[in-house]
Amino acid sequence: MEDKRFHSVRLDKDKCRGCTNCLKRCPTEAIRVRGGRAHIIDERCIDCGECIRVCEFHAKYAQTDPLATINRFKYKIALPAPSLYGQFKKLASASQILEGLLRMGFDDVFEVAAGADIVTRAIRERMRNITPDQYPIISSACPAITRLIQVRFPELISHIIDMRQPMEVAAMVAKREFCQKRGVSENEVGCFFITPCAAKMTAIRNPIGQETSAVDGAISMLEIYGLLAGHIKNYPSALNLSRATAYGVGWANNGGEAAAVCPENSMAVDGIENVIHVLEEIENNKLRDLVFFEGAACTGGCVGGPLTFENGYIARNAIRTLIKGADLRHPDEAVKASYLTKYPLQTTKKITPNSVMKLDDDIAEAMRKMEEMEAIEKSLPGYDCGSCGSPTCRTFAEDIVRGHASKMDCIHIMKDQLKIMAQKMVELAKTTRE
Amino acid sequence: MQEYTLADAYEVSARDYATAGDASAAIKRKLKQLGVDSAVLRRIAVSSYEAELNMIIHSLGGTLSMTMTPSEIRLLSADIGPGIPDIEQALQEGFSTAGEEARNLGFGAGMGLPNMKRNADEFNIQSEVGKGTQIRMLFHL
Repeated sequence: MEDKRFHSVRLDKDKCRGCTNCLKRCPTEAIRVRGGRAHIIDERCIDCGECIRVCEFHAKYAQTDPLATINRFKYKIALPAPSLYGQFKKLASASQILEGLLRMGFDDVFEVAAGADIVTRAIRERMRNITPDQYPIISSACPAITRLIQVRFPELISHIIDMRQPMEVAAMVAKREFCQKRGVSENEVGCFFITPCAAKMTAIRNPIGQETSAVDGAISMLEIYGLLAGHIKNYPSALNLSRATAYGVGWANNGGEAAAVCPENSMAVDGIENVIHVLEEIENNKLRDLVFFEGAACTGGCVGGPLTFENGYIARNAIRTLIKGADLRHPDEAVKASYLTKYPLQTTKKITPNSVMKLDDDIAEAMRKMEEMEAIEKSLPGYDCGSCGSPTCRTFAEDIVRGHASKMDCIHIMKDQLKIMAQKMVELAKTTRE
Repeated sequence: MQEYTLADAYEVSARDYATAGDASAAIKRKLKQLGVDSAVLRRIAVSSYEAELNMIIHSLGGTLSMTMTPSEIRLLSADIGPGIPDIEQALQEGFSTAGEEARNLGFGAGMGLPNMKRNADEFNIQSEVGKGTQIRMLFHL
């Protein structure tokens, strides 16, 4: 199932106008405009979804599994992300959403927030064995941030907590409990994550911390929003399906994980540019005293995901209101210790640096290219206008050195050249007339 | 045969907190593109940042330069300024002469020089009171 080249973030060529909006916003400089259309460099893309958010023409989109794919399995389990709870107003209980999912045709539901509860307790236990020289511990919850670290901050990889994401844990527990309850075999059961973002979809097809994902597919919140809304009743039924604590549900908002995992000494940052700035500080050893760092690519956290329906700030408030009525016990108390031994919660695959930014595998050759690149950069106007199709003059110089662009792609250099040529034509015309 | 060498120099202005970290960030970015091993890169990042900040806080201005060959990286921090009267003392963890201004900005923990010394494979400091300070650091690749 794993596909190394799989990316959820895609381009609809027919809708793309070849403007520079996405080009400028990409945090890993993974987009180029060539031939009037944007192109995504697969090796660089971290599926953060910034380009989806910024594209006025909706030419960037997230490839997720259509709802119909759940029919591949005899039994279907929905794994709603906690951020789904923020999409509906005036809910008395999260159970209303869970009941709605059952009415939609799922055989069972398992809250990813309950997975977050288990992960919270597991991280807290794990942290006891992490020595301060490895501080700050970095959250592994946002796959876009993990990939960002692989590309831009490889020296911080060792700080990432070796714990699976709540979605993975939820899938493992949901499947096993369902099979035991119903007496069916695991391959008859499909677990589907209701996702707020593209990055999670990619994390299922191309997992980072383990060989294969326990999740069988991801369905976009936007796709099921209307259908689900029609199945949600005004009042929860007597059977309360919600088993997650307020802490687990709180993971939907940026800071929720940090508050659950390490309320004593943690920092939560949202918005990928902000996260980059703070990771720079961590890299410079400026946050030596910090124990836990939670970074979310989206503003507000998962509630701000590109596949959500509700405005992120409104959703954040809805979550805050909802959790007041939830189980207020800390996961340390609410989660049974047996979960920590029954399931493989720790990641099994080492996270490796993504060296796509490297100019060459041979360091002497890389140095030579760097020198050439800087010489080219000096000859460029430095406007970072993006007209050449590269996001900045520096990346343009890099593209030339890598053989992907030529200097005449710069319209300013081209203009100067034309001026010189026109001048020569005039002179030539004068001499021939005489 | 002489090894291929890459050289770079960045001006650092005194008290210019707005640009603080720019020189070390530029060095860091470059080394990442050159594919320098991440563990070494982290040590260079910390050392160059501390050297840059020290010049901003204590000196009247200076230069942070980097010389690189495929086998090593040398950093030189050279400033014009008050110099360090007692280098032994300055190298102790927690010792700082940073003023109120720097401390209010979260600097002056007295870890700058000790951090540079700890992170570099070779560390050399020379200072003349009333003239300035030169710090040389070597990192093996």
